[in-house]
Amino acid sequence: MADRQVCLSGTGLTKVFGFGRQKTVAVDHVDFKFYESEVVSIVGESGSGKTTLAKMLLGLLTPTEGEIYFQGQKRDISTQRKRKEYWKNIQAIFQDPFSSYNIFNKIDAVLLDCIYMRGGRRLPQAQKVALMTEACGFVNLKFEELTNKYPFELSGGQMQRLMIARIFLLKPKILIADEPTSMIDACSRATILDMLMQLRDEIGMTLIFITHDIGLAYYVSDSVYIMERGKIVEHGSADEVILNPKEAYTRRLISDVPKIYEEWDLSTV
Amino acid sequence: MKHTLHQIFHSGKFVLGFCIFIVILLIVMVYPVLFPYPPLAIIGQGTFFAPGIYVNAYDSVHAPKYTLNLEDAAAKRIASRLSEDDRVAMQEWLVGYGIPQGEIDINDTAQLLGLWNTHYDPKAQIPGLTNAKRNYYIRLDTALEGLLATEDAVIAVKNPETGALEAQGTIAQSDYVNVGQVANVRFLPLGTDNFGRDILTQLVAATRVSLQIGFVAGIIATLIGLTLGLLAGYIGGLVDDVIMFITNLFTVIPSFVLLILISFSIGQERRGAVTVAIVIGFTSWVWTTRAVRAQVVSLRNRDHVNLSKLSGHSIVHIILNDILPYIASYVVMALILQISSGILSEAGLSILGLGPRTTEVPTLGLMMNWAMIYQAYVLGKWWAYLPVLITIALITFSMNLMNTGLDQVFNPALRD
Repeated sequence: MADRQVCLSGTGLTKVFGFGRQKTVAVDHVDFKFYESEVVSIVGESGSGKTTLAKMLLGLLTPTEGEIYFQGQKRDISTQRKRKEYWKNIQAIFQDPFSSYNIFNKIDAVLLDCIYMRGGRRLPQAQKVALMTEACGFVNLKFEELTNKYPFELSGGQMQRLMIARIFLLKPKILIADEPTSMIDACSRATILDMLMQLRDEIGMTLIFITHDIGLAYYVSDSVYIMERGKIVEHGSADEVILNPKEAYTRRLISDVPKIYEEWDLSTV
Repeated sequence: MKHTLHQIFHSGKFVLGFCIFIVILLIVMVYPVLFPYPPLAIIGQGTFFAPGIYVNAYDSVHAPKYTLNLEDAAAKRIASRLSEDDRVAMQEWLVGYGIPQGEIDINDTAQLLGLWNTHYDPKAQIPGLTNAKRNYYIRLDTALEGLLATEDAVIAVKNPETGALEAQGTIAQSDYVNVGQVANVRFLPLGTDNFGRDILTQLVAATRVSLQIGFVAGIIATLIGLTLGLLAGYIGGLVDDVIMFITNLFTVIPSFVLLILISFSIGQERRGAVTVAIVIGFTSWVWTTRAVRAQVVSLRNRDHVNLSKLSGHSIVHIILNDILPYIASYVVMALILQISSGILSEAGLSILGLGPRTTEVPTLGLMMNWAMIYQAYVLGKWWAYLPVLITIALITFSMNLMNTGLDQVFNPALRD
């Protein structure tokens, strides 16, 4: 445990929306430490501040209070150049694949952006195509069929796989996956999860899962953070948290998971 | 793109508006090529000639003559000089003079004229006859001279040496000329205005200038509104506050008042069509800014914008690639409305006498202004202002129709 490097951590991270009476504390003094190449899950019900936390980690929202440390250093994203450098290391997959793409850009543009981000602007065209074909091949898509198409011509599962192909090209140190499977049918879900895990093994990145599905969290993660109303109420390794929950909220989340051969306990709802 | 265009051209409203607009545009472009008359040339001596075909009288005298024996020719000739009202007036005079009403048949021209010629005396005292009426009868009496004449008219030329008239030929009452063989015929479909200028030619030139003013004003207003709206909406924070402060300031001041004040202070000398267009553009960007900002605010937190940020794109790139295409349809609609309101603003300004200076180009507003100053409304000279009104109405109507059509295509909730 001790030899693992902390790659992303935060202290007292807070985000407040609005003023006065309309003040909403979305994330409330949250502390966390994510280690290199582990799979972390942040679990909580809707409105518990998971997505806000994820956006702060990504640098899309500025925290009201608190600090984020990236690889031991205080994160500095004050200029566009520094932000770009930061985003080479941290990337995201969003919940809704249908709204994640610019409908006016072709698929090629999405993938080329990633190659450019890695400094491949001057590569010969053939090599770019080879890179894109490899990335698509990794997620079982055929680049020849996708080129010159628009993202909205694909199915939801294909779009989400394309998102993973994007990550494959970027090879970031940290990937934040914000409910990547919630908009997708159960069959594609397993495939997507499989690909994410495979990708993690391949490039050794830290994977941060944002999910409301504690079963999924147990299935994939090394450590779990439980969020309730902006606060982290419990955290630890997946076995610790899920097999021996200490908080009532955690127990409730666990009991809310439907089980096939048991009567579903609705008393806690 | 192709699909969107297909949808747009299947919207009845848009197509109707588009057709009207294209027809106006075609007329404006083709007419000056076919009839290259200078639009502000003064051709008529006198004001407000009625619409019609003007045949040169001198040329028709010399044109080849054809004899046509038409039955109703004489009756028409008499009717054109002696109207039904005149006949009744003549009867009134004769009755007042003392002729029993039963003896007068106003439909028998020969008998009526016979009675009139024997009894009419301008000095006679008729009870209740006003001075104006007396003068009217004197004029009528002169006009009746030779009404029933059947002789030919004689064409005479003055001998330059002796000054005596020498008969050159005669024109019989049954002589006709073919209009096609008369050298000078001018068709004035809308007559002339107070200065004696051909209104149709002027109207086409004015429509062209007004459309140009509308386009320049609309494009300037949309560009300013779009830029400010995008910056305020996307960047937010202090930039948003400052831009919205200025915008709200301009919203509160009625833009037409501002327009009048600016136009007035520029002065008559420097107020060309382009200047007026620019002034209109700079006073009407306000609501485009507010509308664009509202759209951008709702777009800036979408996932595709976040993804673009994560791909390391700059603010300019994101605004141009991830925001602008999503509001493009909206901006086109705003542009159309801005153009039509630009044309209306110009007309409003010109009616007040604050439009472009009057010596170079006509505009629709200026034509209205001239018609108003020379009292075309009071005199009933409809051709001086009605065609202008219809043109303004058609242009704005077609543009609003296009806008509604586009709105229904891009906002499916509005479709009926």
